[in-house]
Amino acid sequence: MSGDGSPLELTEDTALAGELARAWYVPRGIVGWFSVVDHRTIGKRYIVTAFGFFIIAGILAGLMRIQLAVPNNHFLGPDLYNQVFTTHGTMMMFLFAVPIMEALGVYLVPLMIGARNIAFPRLNTFSYFVYLFGGVMLTATMLLNTAPDVGWFAYVPLAGPDFSPGKRADFWAQLITFTEVSGLAVAVELVATIFKTRAPGMSLNRMPLFVWSMLVTAFMVIFAMPSVVTSSTFLLLDRLVGTHFYNPAEGGDALLWQHLFWFFGHPEVYIIFVPALGIVSSIVTTFTRRPVFGYTAMVLSLVATGFIGFGLWVHHMFATGLPQLGLTYFTAASMIIAIPSGVQIFCWIASLWRGRPRMETPLLFVMGFIAIFVLGGLSGVTLASLPFDLQVHDTYYVVAHFHYVLIGGALFPLLGGIFYWFPKMTGRMLSDRLGRTTFWVLFAGFNTTFFPMHIVGIEGMPRRVYTYPAELGWGTLNLVSSTGAILLVLGGILLLYNIVRSSIAGVAAPSNPWGADTLEWSVSSPPPVYNFLYVPVVEGRNALWDRADDPPIVTGIRSDCREVLVTTVMDATPSNKCSYPEPSIWPFLCAVVTSACFIGSIFTPWALPVAILPLTITLIGWFWPKDERSDSSTARARERSEAA
Amino acid sequence: MSPRPVIDVSALPNSEFGHRGLIWWGTVGFMVIEGSMFVIALVVYFYLRLNVEEWPPGLPDPDPSYGTANLILVLVSLVPAVVSKRAAEAFQLERARVWLLVLVLMGLASVVLRAFEYPALNCRWDDNAYASMVWVLLSMHTIHVSTDVVDSVVLLVMAWMKPMTRKRFVDLSENSLYWYFIVAWWIPIYLVIYFAPRLL
Repeated sequence: MSGDGSPLELTEDTALAGELARAWYVPRGIVGWFSVVDHRTIGKRYIVTAFGFFIIAGILAGLMRIQLAVPNNHFLGPDLYNQVFTTHGTMMMFLFAVPIMEALGVYLVPLMIGARNIAFPRLNTFSYFVYLFGGVMLTATMLLNTAPDVGWFAYVPLAGPDFSPGKRADFWAQLITFTEVSGLAVAVELVATIFKTRAPGMSLNRMPLFVWSMLVTAFMVIFAMPSVVTSSTFLLLDRLVGTHFYNPAEGGDALLWQHLFWFFGHPEVYIIFVPALGIVSSIVTTFTRRPVFGYTAMVLSLVATGFIGFGLWVHHMFATGLPQLGLTYFTAASMIIAIPSGVQIFCWIASLWRGRPRMETPLLFVMGFIAIFVLGGLSGVTLASLPFDLQVHDTYYVVAHFHYVLIGGALFPLLGGIFYWFPKMTGRMLSDRLGRTTFWVLFAGFNTTFFPMHIVGIEGMPRRVYTYPAELGWGTLNLVSSTGAILLVLGGILLLYNIVRSSIAGVAAPSNPWGADTLEWSVSSPPPVYNFLYVPVVEGRNALWDRADDPPIVTGIRSDCREVLVTTVMDATPSNKCSYPEPSIWPFLCAVVTSACFIGSIFTPWALPVAILPLTITLIGWFWPKDERSDSSTARARERSEAA
Repeated sequence: MSPRPVIDVSALPNSEFGHRGLIWWGTVGFMVIEGSMFVIALVVYFYLRLNVEEWPPGLPDPDPSYGTANLILVLVSLVPAVVSKRAAEAFQLERARVWLLVLVLMGLASVVLRAFEYPALNCRWDDNAYASMVWVLLSMHTIHVSTDVVDSVVLLVMAWMKPMTRKRFVDLSENSLYWYFIVAWWIPIYLVIYFAPRLL
C-alpha cells in the first residue's frame, strides 16, 4: 500500500484508514460475536468449524481401523459400526469437504478480487450458523446412539420407513437440508461477488485461477444441490407423512432415489475437487515465480469439468440393471472427464518444468497431490469400465479409489493451501520444518492405509462390513492399513501442534511472504477490516507482478459508510455503487428459528406452520432498513419521486 | 510507492436496477436454484408415470376449475406487477405502491384459491406415488406464492417509511421480477397437474 509517500500522504492515509475502520467495524461482545457480517471472520469460523468436524470424522475413521485391524474383532458391534461409517462419510462429505472449500472462497475471493466484503454479507452469517447447527445436530446424534446407520448415500428401501424405523435416517435427511441451505447461500454470494464486485481492470480473462475455480464450483453447487434437497425432502416425507415416492408397492421407485442422489452426488465430487485445482494453480504460480502455463486451457478445463461432471452420475449405478446402451454412454463420459483433468496436470508440470520451483511446504503438498491424484485418477478410469466395475462394486477397491481422489485430490491441496494462506489469515508463519515432516508422515501414512485396500478389494472384501473371518486371508493387509492410520493420526497431531504453536509464537508474517501475484498479498497480514485502503485498479493477469510502482487506484467511494463499487460482469468497468449492511443479530436469530424448524420437522410436520411466524419476524428484522446514511442518492430519488 | 488515482467513481449512482445492480444477481441466483427444484420435481412426475399402467393410478382425474381460475388470476396479476416495476424504475413512489397494493391483494386471493385447489386434486398425498407428487408440486408452488406475498407486504410497508431510498425502489422492481418467475412456473405446473393425467 501507500505507506512510504510524503508525510502529508501518510497523515491522509492514516485518517482514511481510521475512517474506514470505523465504517467497517467488527462488533465486539457476546451479541457482537453473533452479529458479525465480515467475510474474514465468518470465513475463519467456517474453516475452524469444518476442521473441527474433520477431526471428529477422523476419530470415527480411527475407530473403524481399530475394529478392522484383525479378523473377528468385537471392539465395535455391527450396529455401532454402521453408525460410525455412516457418520464418518456424511461428516467428511457434507460438513468438511464442501464447506471447507466454500469457506476458503468466503475468506479469499473478496481479497483476491479487490473487494471490501462478500456480496450479501448477512446471508453469509446466516449460512454459517445454519451449517454449524446442522453439524452439532449430527454430532449429538452420534453421542446419543441415534446416528444415521444407512450409509452416506442412504439408499432406499433401506433408508425408507419399512427398513429403518426410528429417527436415525431422518437425522441424516435433515442434515442434508441444513448443509444444502448453507451451501446454496454461499454459492449465490460467491457468484454475485465474483461477477459484480471485481476491482476495475480485472476482466474475466485476468481473474486468478482460484477465483475461476470458485466460480465454477458455485455454479455446480447451484445446479447440483437442488437435486439432493428435493430427494432428501421426498425421503423425509415418505418417512414422516406417508408419501410413496420411493415405495414400489404404491407406484414409487427405489432407483429414483439413486438417480436423484447421484445427479447431485457426482458433481459433488467435483465441487470438492475443482476448488482444490484452484489452490494448486495459486501455489504453482507463486512457487515457480512465473505465470502459470496455459491459463486459457486451464480455465476451459475447469469449465469443461463443471459441465461433464453432470453427465456421469449413472456410473455409480452400473450394478442396478439399467439398460446396457445407457451404461455405455456413461462409461464414455466417465472416461472423457479424464481429459480436462489431464490437461491441467500437464499445464502444472509444464509450469514447474519451465520455472525454478522453490520446494517449500505448500509446493510439497502439491507434488504429493499430483502423485496421489494420478493414481486415484487411474483407478477411476478402471472403474469407468463396466465389466470391471461389476466385479469390484461395493468392495474396498472403491473405498481405495475415492480416498485416493478425495484425500489426494482435495485434502493434500487443501493442506498446501493452509500452509500457503495461514500467514495471511493470522499474521504468523507456520513452521516450514514441521510442515515438511508433516507432509512426509501424511504421505507415507496415506499410502500405507489406502494402497492395500485396492488389493483386499480385488480379493473380494466388501465395504461396510464390521468384521471378517480369518480364513479369508484379509487380515495382514487390513493390519497394514490400520498401521498406516496411526501415521495419519500422527500427521494430524503434528499439523495441529504446528498451528497452535505458530498462532502463539510463530514468526510474524509480512504482507507478501511468498512473493505471490494475487491481490490478497498486497494488504497487511492479517488484512484490515476494510481489506483495501484504496480500491485497486488491476493492470494484468498477475495483479501484483504486473503492477506499476505507483499503483493505480479508484477514488470517489465513500469511506464513512459501507459503500462498495459494483462493476460489469465481463470487463469489470465501474457501473454503480452499493451499500453493504451493518452487523446485525437477526441473521443469527433467523438461523436459530430455521434450525429449530428443521429439527422439529423430524418429529412432526407441524414444526413448519409453527415456524412461519417467528421466521417471518426474524426475516423482517433482517431486512428492515436501519442506517440509510450511505445511500447518497436518497435525496435525489425523493425529489424525483415527488416531482413525478 | 504512492497510489495514483486513475478512476473517479463519485458520480456513479448508489444501487442500480436490473443486472447492473447487485440485488438482481441474488434474486436470479435463487430463481435458478428454485427453478432447478421445479424442473426436478416435474421430471420425477414423468419418471413415476413410467412405473404404472394407468395414470392417475386408480384415482379420479383432478378437477381443473380452481386451478384454471388461479391461472387466470396470476396472469392478470402480471399487470400490477409490470406497472409497479415500471413505476419503481421511474421513481414514481405513489404509483409504485398503489400497484404493489393491488398485486398483494391478488396474491392473497391466489393463496385463498389454493385452499380450494387441494380438495380438487381428488386424492390424498398418501394414496400413492402419483398423489404424493401432485401434492408436492402444488405445495412447492404455494410456498413460493405465499413467500412473495409476505415479502410484498413488507416492501409495501417500507414504501411508506421515510426516507424512500433509491435502494428501496430497486427492491420494489426486483420484487416484481420474482413475481414474474412465480407466475411463469405456474403455467407448466398447472398443465402437468391438471392435464397430464388426461393426456398420459
